[in-house]
Amino acid sequence: MLKRFLAWLDDRSGLLTAGRHALEHRVPPRTGWWYVFGSATFIAFVLQVVTGIALATAYVPSSGQAYDSLRFISEQALLGRFLRGMHYFGASAMVLLIGIHVSRTYLMAAYKFPRELNWLSGAVLLLLTLALAFTGQLLRWDQNAVWSVIVGAAQAGRMPVFGRDLAQFILAGDTIGGATLSRFFAFHVFFIPALVFGLVGLHLALVLKHGISERPRPGDPVDPDTYRDRYGELLRREGVPFWPDAAWRDVVFGAATVATVVLLAIVVGPPALGRPPDPSILEAYPRPDWYFLWYFAVLAMLPQNLETVIIVLGPLLFGAFLLLVPLFNRGERSVRRRPWAAGLVIFIWTTIGVFWFAGERADWSPDFSAPKLPASVVAGLDSTAATGAALFHDKGCEFCHAMAGFGGKRGPDLSEVASRMTRDQLVARITNGGPNMPAYARSMSPAEVQAIVAFLATRR
Amino acid sequence: MDESTAHGEPPPPDRRRFLSRLSIALSAGVAAVMGLPVIGFLLSPLTRKSPRVWRPVGAVTRFGVGRTVAVAFEDASPLPWAGVTARTAAWLRRDDDTHFTAYTVHCTHLGCPVRWVADAQLFLCPCHGGVYNADGTVSAGPPPKALPQYPVRVRDGQVEILTSPIPIV
Repeated sequence: MLKRFLAWLDDRSGLLTAGRHALEHRVPPRTGWWYVFGSATFIAFVLQVVTGIALATAYVPSSGQAYDSLRFISEQALLGRFLRGMHYFGASAMVLLIGIHVSRTYLMAAYKFPRELNWLSGAVLLLLTLALAFTGQLLRWDQNAVWSVIVGAAQAGRMPVFGRDLAQFILAGDTIGGATLSRFFAFHVFFIPALVFGLVGLHLALVLKHGISERPRPGDPVDPDTYRDRYGELLRREGVPFWPDAAWRDVVFGAATVATVVLLAIVVGPPALGRPPDPSILEAYPRPDWYFLWYFAVLAMLPQNLETVIIVLGPLLFGAFLLLVPLFNRGERSVRRRPWAAGLVIFIWTTIGVFWFAGERADWSPDFSAPKLPASVVAGLDSTAATGAALFHDKGCEFCHAMAGFGGKRGPDLSEVASRMTRDQLVARITNGGPNMPAYARSMSPAEVQAIVAFLATRR
Repeated sequence: MDESTAHGEPPPPDRRRFLSRLSIALSAGVAAVMGLPVIGFLLSPLTRKSPRVWRPVGAVTRFGVGRTVAVAFEDASPLPWAGVTARTAAWLRRDDDTHFTAYTVHCTHLGCPVRWVADAQLFLCPCHGGVYNADGTVSAGPPPKALPQYPVRVRDGQVEILTSPIPIV
């Protein structure tokens, strides 16, 4: 009975035959674990769609009410906290996995003939994934999200000619307001996912059309004239059916990805909601989610004269690089014969890692919560120096300078400053400022400067 | 009826060319009818001119001479569902009996909210460490420009600030 129904279904739709062909098509042997990251990215995307739809049934995409609906989802709705956690860690997984996938295909030069369009469709998917990550972070509509929108608009504003228009487009007006959030919501749940669906379809159709690339071997360059014949020959001689010979690894890794996301969603949970999205609350420490934290650090550490150039050209150059890669579509694939490719990937990941670490510490941010220096630090000071120690906190010195383990890290640690600067040098530095240090001539009396210097002179 | 279009014979090339052009033109027209309004709708914030209005932020007597405080007020024409996002802020200083200065809260580096530290007489930015002097000029860090000022006036004993766009450098 079932058999007859399936036969009828296949006869009328062709779906079963097509599916069987897709599953059984022969793939190169010994592909191994390096080939699982694309499918895992896709599984992460599916996870995002499923959990995203669930969240959208309760989320209110209104600038005035989203925050309350998020609190409802997180604190009251059955499984709401879990689903938010899944969506957050699913997003994290998708960003991470697509990064690994693009690195893997670049290192193995899988973009070479005839798979140039596989690369290009994947490149657009990478950019769309980052766009989803950015817009998604903003839908967690708390204080941090509001300031992230403003920081995003300010960056777009650096663009020549179109800057102001672009910033207005992002804000949906002159300022943050009622129109801002609903637009981000529409982009995050409709526009961008629709494009992702279409491109994933194209990407997979191309994978089926050209077959997955075989493991590269040094001394075996791609020649468009002979590649297809040789690939076909390889499949005939040594090819294995995709299902289950190669697919089992995708399934195992995909399941492990989902299991990790579930575990993190339960154990760690979603990022906490910050304060309400009220732009008039000025006590804010805007920070992006982890996947953009490295860029936050880049923006802090750029030399000032290069800043606008890099904010504008950086993303454009990255996009151009992605577009131009498939022009080099022939020749050696093995990374052993492409040292520059290996160097580039190592450079990019190291740079992101270093800046990420810097962003995590954010030494350049003043530490507004630096406490008054405790008695253990100021013990035994004469009265002028004790006044200076109090001023060291009150005048904001401690926001940027560490003292005996307290205070910020923006400027040099002053715990032993007297061993490297004389009193006169200290007076001059405080009065006139220095690179990245404000001049205090106008905001401190000479007596106050002398008191602080008296305190600093005891630090050796 | 034309003989050549009779059953079993292909229509003449002219007619086929015409039909294919007609179909392409109609499809393009349909796409334009559906797509252009959407694009216009999405780009509308660029053409919408928001009004600028004077918002009272408190009685003159509330502000001590020489002091700088944060004041909150509402955007020019908030949408009914804007909620707290319609609020905005400025740093307001009473210079003397009759004069006030209002600074934007947005750092000129990337728009983060600067904080006034009264004892140090500085505005500090929590994002990337920008520092401004009391008069809004850049003192240290990455900001490329001084803090812009908002127009401010006194009317009937009330201090009023003119609503302004978020400054985009």
